[in-house]
Amino acid sequence: MITYPFKYRRAKSVADAETLLKGSPDAKLLAGGQTLIAAMKMRLANPSDLIDISNLKELSYIRASNDAVVIGAATTHFEVATSTEVTRRIPALAYLASIIGDPAVRHKGTIGGSLANNDPAADYPAAVLGLNATIKTNRRSIAADEFFTGMFSTALSDGEIITEVSFPIPKKASYKKFPNPASRYAMAGVFVAQTNSGVRVAVTGAGPCVFRVPAMETALAKSFSTNAIEGIAIDANGLNSDIHGSAEYRAHLVSVMARRAVAEAA
Amino acid sequence: MAVVAMTVNGKAVSAETEDRTLLVYFLREQLRLTGTHIGCDTSQCGACVVHVDGKAVKSCSMFAVQAEGAEVTTIEGLAKDGKLHPVQEAFRDNHGLQCGFCTPGMIMTAVDMIRRKPNLDRETIRHELEGNICRCTGYHNIVSSIEDAAKRMSGATR
Repeated sequence: MITYPFKYRRAKSVADAETLLKGSPDAKLLAGGQTLIAAMKMRLANPSDLIDISNLKELSYIRASNDAVVIGAATTHFEVATSTEVTRRIPALAYLASIIGDPAVRHKGTIGGSLANNDPAADYPAAVLGLNATIKTNRRSIAADEFFTGMFSTALSDGEIITEVSFPIPKKASYKKFPNPASRYAMAGVFVAQTNSGVRVAVTGAGPCVFRVPAMETALAKSFSTNAIEGIAIDANGLNSDIHGSAEYRAHLVSVMARRAVAEAA
Repeated sequence: MAVVAMTVNGKAVSAETEDRTLLVYFLREQLRLTGTHIGCDTSQCGACVVHVDGKAVKSCSMFAVQAEGAEVTTIEGLAKDGKLHPVQEAFRDNHGLQCGFCTPGMIMTAVDMIRRKPNLDRETIRHELEGNICRCTGYHNIVSSIEDAAKRMSGATR
């Protein structure tokens, strides 16, 4: 598989990447490339230039305090999954990173790349929305609730570059995923968290874009137990239906994954 | 076209290549290292796994230019002085292959997994192999080979 031709440029800094992006409107940023390069091979994507930010040290770090874990945009899934700081402070986040794709994908793929791409079945959007994280870019900070705007679309504007993601440390959290056995993408993945701003339930894989389940959040706020959400059905209307599973099947999976996540976190 | 330079199996190499050349084509067609295989078009099969700067990656999912200045190890770089790597030995002794097409990727993944997790049980091995597909479905002996190799290698370093 050969991609369309493009120009490769290795950015020397975030500022340099910004300048390079300004100069070519059809350029794309290259981080881990584990989704972008596959899409380019299928000729579904045709960027004029690839601006490689994967080697930028200024974007690769994990900083932890008592309030938050802050992860640089070019930090790989492998680094998050094996970080002692993340494992200690938000084990559900380290676990989520440890089951993205497969080991080779985790060695290359980055948190910033995953979020900018916003694949409907990606894992990280569930953690970002479930933990009420903040996404920082070269221009501003964006709340999780504002960031994911639809299938493969985000609040990022042209030339905007994710620089880091700040995850507030929850009281309790858990992530459960029913993976597609071939791709390891989520058929349904549910991130449940008891945070300082209340209980949050975020679902990936089931719909066109990650979403919250207010009925479950209200019930869990009253009683954080599997019984509390036992009778709450997910509306299949608008969920994904494809060769891997119908909307009804996914709706059912969301309920099951949510109960498993609550059982583990409670 | 630009000249890309990297170290492959301990040797400095450089070649003129297009920006869009995937690392796997650079290795196979420009360096003639055809041990690294291409088994799919969708980045799922893992037959092309090599090590870049010590980490297992799919060479079909990165461009050669991204490996500029990197240390790359392919299946051809594992045997030393005519002696097979312990993982290769274990695959031979445990009949860890049927048609053999997926084997280079399986072995490169296995070497990486054993380095990260020296104490492997069969369940962990199966999870770690999620990115490598054997279309003969010969997983049972592949898992046994890796389990055996991990034991031999921990013995060797003690």
